[in-house]
Amino acid sequence: MAIPAEQTYLRTVPAERLPPPAERAGALGWLRKNLFSSPGNIALTFVCVVFLAWTVPPVLRFFIFNAVWSGTDREACLASPANRDPGACWAFVRVWFSYFVYGFYPIVERWRVDVFFLTLAFGIGWLAWLSAPRRDLGAVYFFVVLPVLSYMLLSGAPRLGLIDIPTALWGGILVTIVVATVGIAVSLPLGILLALARRSDMPAVRVFAVTFIEFVRGVPLITVLFMASVMLPLFVPERLSPDKLLRALIGVALFASAYMAEVVRGGLAAVPRGQYEAAQSLGLPYWRMMAFVILPQALRVTLPNIVNTFIGLFKDTTLVFIVGIFDFLGTIEAARADPRWATPITSVTGYAFATLFYFICCYGMSRYARNVEIRLARAHRR
Amino acid sequence: MADPDVPQADARAELAVEIVGLHKWYGEFHVLRDINLTVTRGERIVICGPSGGGKSTLLRCINRLEDWQRGRVVVDGIELTDDPKHIVAVRRDVGMVFQQFNLFPHLTVLENCTLAPIWVRHMPKKDAEELAMRYLTRVKIPEQAQKYPARLSGGQQQRVAIARALCMSPNIMLFDEPTSALDPEMVKEVLDTMVELANDGITMLVVSHEMGFARQVADRIIFMDDGQIVEINEPKTFFAQPQHERTRLFLQQVLR
Repeated sequence: MAIPAEQTYLRTVPAERLPPPAERAGALGWLRKNLFSSPGNIALTFVCVVFLAWTVPPVLRFFIFNAVWSGTDREACLASPANRDPGACWAFVRVWFSYFVYGFYPIVERWRVDVFFLTLAFGIGWLAWLSAPRRDLGAVYFFVVLPVLSYMLLSGAPRLGLIDIPTALWGGILVTIVVATVGIAVSLPLGILLALARRSDMPAVRVFAVTFIEFVRGVPLITVLFMASVMLPLFVPERLSPDKLLRALIGVALFASAYMAEVVRGGLAAVPRGQYEAAQSLGLPYWRMMAFVILPQALRVTLPNIVNTFIGLFKDTTLVFIVGIFDFLGTIEAARADPRWATPITSVTGYAFATLFYFICCYGMSRYARNVEIRLARAHRR
Repeated sequence: MADPDVPQADARAELAVEIVGLHKWYGEFHVLRDINLTVTRGERIVICGPSGGGKSTLLRCINRLEDWQRGRVVVDGIELTDDPKHIVAVRRDVGMVFQQFNLFPHLTVLENCTLAPIWVRHMPKKDAEELAMRYLTRVKIPEQAQKYPARLSGGQQQRVAIARALCMSPNIMLFDEPTSALDPEMVKEVLDTMVELANDGITMLVVSHEMGFARQVADRIIFMDDGQIVEINEPKTFFAQPQHERTRLFLQQVLR
């Protein structure tokens, strides 16, 4: 059967390559497209504007315009003819600020904490900056040099002239940062090991990993902390019993590791079988296959979840307050009870300050992870 | 670095691969039944047959990506046992190319090729890169060395996979349906690379449906069906006068 001539075709002139059609340009075009495209959309825009107008000015008024920035006691933050409706009492935060940062760390030794913060920031910066030189050395610095250095700095090294400071005097942001950093730095490697153990061919290793993970995940962190701080001393003689902060650190680190193990396991499961087979067929032994082929891919896939766990851990550090360790939130709790600053807004201000601190830290981690994700995606796809 | 416990591949052994009485089950399912096969040094073998016939499984037994329940496999004088040292020794000596390429997506083409020489053969990075560039030139894509695999076409990726395997200087190469996942236009470039390799005299075992390739390079063709080797023959006889009824049926289907 012959096909009619109009159903066949032969291109004689190549179709021209054209730039894409221009969008309706300018701010007005954007507004119309995104905010006012339909009656429903217009209504939503209107509701949002009303909501912002209703909430933003009072918040700004309270925290900035009517806030009390300086003063020496509660008088400054009480309603007075000069300031009828006082806002946040930042004067309270200013007076107590060094306590929030250092706790009861002796004042003349606080430079040691400052040096610790600097060395830690340096280490984090080295590892976090993806194109930094010698990041392998950075890892050695962060995981080997820094812990030893920090221990000597914070806890004391009498031989070097650094007097011992018992951890009972540590407090505030110092403790929060120490607990969070140790938790994060221990939980990632330990979580990876547990995840690998859980997928191991060796039954004993697998059973151990499963038992540990399921047990720790099935118990609230507070219980773990109570067990570490209250029950351990009952069974272990006083002089063998480790330091209270150390016990809490171990509890937090093990707890976080169990969660991290499950996150990493998800990432491992996402790596196709063919990657294992290709690595094996090249003769790579197990650990080298994991280190160079499987884990880089698994951790990349699961990076958002890892950071999510870090953020959760960072906020969970506030629970150490329950076992009598004065972390940042603990110092705020203590300070807001100070009768010299007893005003109706002291507590609100204290909590607002805590909120700001935790938000900046967690949002920072989140933004950083997002940047890494975008960067990796760009590098390895197109 | 000569560890007496680590078996050394003997590249001059007369037999490259020796498989005796091999049986394998997946649960209740008998996937490989009484496989006996010897491959001499420098021989080029093509394994063909219908899907699910056990071709890939047999190939993957040769570098122990699959284990088996009965029988023995000896590769370049090393018997494959459960001993990881034997397994790693065989894998260093045997290169493999997969249907889905299986390049490492987080590494550049060059890094894909240098990874094993550096971390298995302990070669200095500079030497490994020189070696990799030599093989990438040989498969005709040296200009792609700094790219990531996702930016390459399927045919290019498969040629990188061949170069990656060659960088370990294997004595034996296994190809598991190397052209089945390729667009038709890319099949030829990969087959050309393999023909060149065959002409260099390396021992090759190829699972493939490319009958033209089999006719051109194979010393022997193995026909497998239902977990058994049905027929082994030289290409001329295999295509002109297949002996077994099942082989005739298969060839009728594929050669039309």
